[in-house]
Amino acid sequence: MLALEQRPEPSRLWSVASPVLALVITVIIGVLLFLALGKDPVRGLQVFFWEPIRSPYALGELMVKTTPLLLIALGLAVCFRSNVWNIGAEGQFVIGAVLAGAVALTATKDTTRWIVVPILFAGVIGGMAWAAITALLRDRFNANEILVSLMLVYVAQQVLIYLVFGPLKDPAGYNFPQSKTFEAVTQIPRLMHGSRMTIGLPIALAGAAALWVFLFRTRAGFAQQVGGLAPAAARYAGFSSRRALWLALLTSGGAAGLAGALEVAGPLGQLTPYVPQGYGFAAIIVAFVGRLHPVGMVFSALLMSMFYIGGELAQSRLGLPSSLTGVFQGLLLFSLLACDTLMIYRVRWKRPASS
Amino acid sequence: MDQYALLIAATLNSGTVLAIAALGLLINEKAGIVNLGAEGMMLCAAIAGFATTVHTGSDWLGFAAGMGAGALLAGIFGVLAIWLNTNQYATGLALSLFGAGFSAFAGLKYVQEKLPDRTNFTIPVLKDIPVLGPALFRQHPMVYVAIALVIWLVWFLYRSRAGLVLRSVGESPESAHALGYPVRRIRLAAVMAGGALCGLAGAYISIVYTHLWVEGMVAGKGWIALALTTFATWRPARVLLGAYLFGGVTMLQFYFQSIGVDVPSQFLTMLPYLATIVVLALISRNPAWIRVNMPASLGKPFYPGS
Repeated sequence: MLALEQRPEPSRLWSVASPVLALVITVIIGVLLFLALGKDPVRGLQVFFWEPIRSPYALGELMVKTTPLLLIALGLAVCFRSNVWNIGAEGQFVIGAVLAGAVALTATKDTTRWIVVPILFAGVIGGMAWAAITALLRDRFNANEILVSLMLVYVAQQVLIYLVFGPLKDPAGYNFPQSKTFEAVTQIPRLMHGSRMTIGLPIALAGAAALWVFLFRTRAGFAQQVGGLAPAAARYAGFSSRRALWLALLTSGGAAGLAGALEVAGPLGQLTPYVPQGYGFAAIIVAFVGRLHPVGMVFSALLMSMFYIGGELAQSRLGLPSSLTGVFQGLLLFSLLACDTLMIYRVRWKRPASS
Repeated sequence: MDQYALLIAATLNSGTVLAIAALGLLINEKAGIVNLGAEGMMLCAAIAGFATTVHTGSDWLGFAAGMGAGALLAGIFGVLAIWLNTNQYATGLALSLFGAGFSAFAGLKYVQEKLPDRTNFTIPVLKDIPVLGPALFRQHPMVYVAIALVIWLVWFLYRSRAGLVLRSVGESPESAHALGYPVRRIRLAAVMAGGALCGLAGAYISIVYTHLWVEGMVAGKGWIALALTTFATWRPARVLLGAYLFGGVTMLQFYFQSIGVDVPSQFLTMLPYLATIVVLALISRNPAWIRVNMPASLGKPFYPGS
């Protein structure tokens, strides 16, 4: 029978090959799915992997969705590396967007372009504050951060819905649940004409670089990760696990909140019940597929963005539901986890023990 | 008085969903496995059950389909987490994300569908008792099945040999292995049983509770059920009590609305989620209390011979 044998140390080859193999498996299942649905699989693959990179405009759109995914995933990587299971980034994203939106709504005709700074700042604060609830309950009450952070996603969504149906509703909006459209001056600066890409993209890339330095070149970053890998060793070395918890949650909350601010004052331009688009959950997959490594996550964020755009195109071009995106995202994470086994174990053929 | 009877009836109905799912998760956790995929399994089971009932007209076939869907997904989770030693949290999360996407994808055709005419279940004679009748004896049979399940589970876990083996696998898989029990197969069986119960709960939501299918309709009940096992310190009877308590909190929002309390509905919708957080914090406050009650190897992988 087949048996798994632990490798002396995790395979470096498989640490890179596993996400690739996972993608291949996902694509194969995707092709089978297209065939089962009676659609041309080549057309299906084109829609997911070629159309999103075909033109400069399409590439720009790809970057628009990559930005929040990457930003959130960077923060989550800090969490997961320190064994803090924050799965409520979606909620932190929403509260960041709400606070940023509230600042953007204060803009008048006389406001200068510098309002973008407080908008982004408000987003970071909002996300941090929301994540701080989870940190506080974990720290003081030992409450499971997985469940608390996830419950807070539902609460955050209700807060948003309350605001757009109530205090922040546009009085001239024909009773639609949405805020006023923000003043043009609050628009996050765009990188170039004819594309919706904003300075969010360089901010996210700078974030990736900063994370790399933090994780691999600072003592604080080292301490942060030891707590995740070997809690006993961290205690012995005097690294505070409480500090690691707070740092992880505040960083990821802040990053998610910033993504929310960039989104609401960027492509969206107003608060609506549709601000949350699942980026907070998709970013979990981005983080894992990118191996919690800053460079890896840039690639996986691009891939996940392709899935989003492919899903939208599959709806308009092939008449398939856009929820296909979610199916593929889930499949990708499943296959990745299965393939990761190869990184830690060798598959060996073993005779069943005769004892 | 009658309105309170109806409130109690609605509470039992809504608590039943949480009870069945949480009892399933309890079986998992007693065997040492945490399955964060509850929400995804319940969503897939909700659409599988709903579609089956729409096509066959039978609630019971719908429940069976839901249980099948739950067990199948749990089986995939189990093979990954138990044989390939994948991280249980990440694998469960993958299941929840996949389930949300897949159910939305598969359920698109059923968004406008209606179920065949509903029959009202009542228990003869008992249903006519004033107040108690409408409160307790006009429920769907599944409400009583959930109660019977608790009784059976108490007997199974604490009075039967198989239950003892299941608990030993959750407490100390090494010892169970040394005694010659097939730890991984027992864990898989527990995970699939738990998945079937989560599936039953999911199917109950779409077939009995709401009578319709909407994307994401489980709305966090899978996660609340996960919290319930901690809340109940892994005791079946307390799971049932907790489920009714949370069912009551869910129903409270409709009650407040009906008596015209002037609070925006969104704050009432938040109640079950906020209650989960508060209760979780209160119950977890004493780490020793949790440690004593939690299956000792919960969430830890076991690979024989390593």
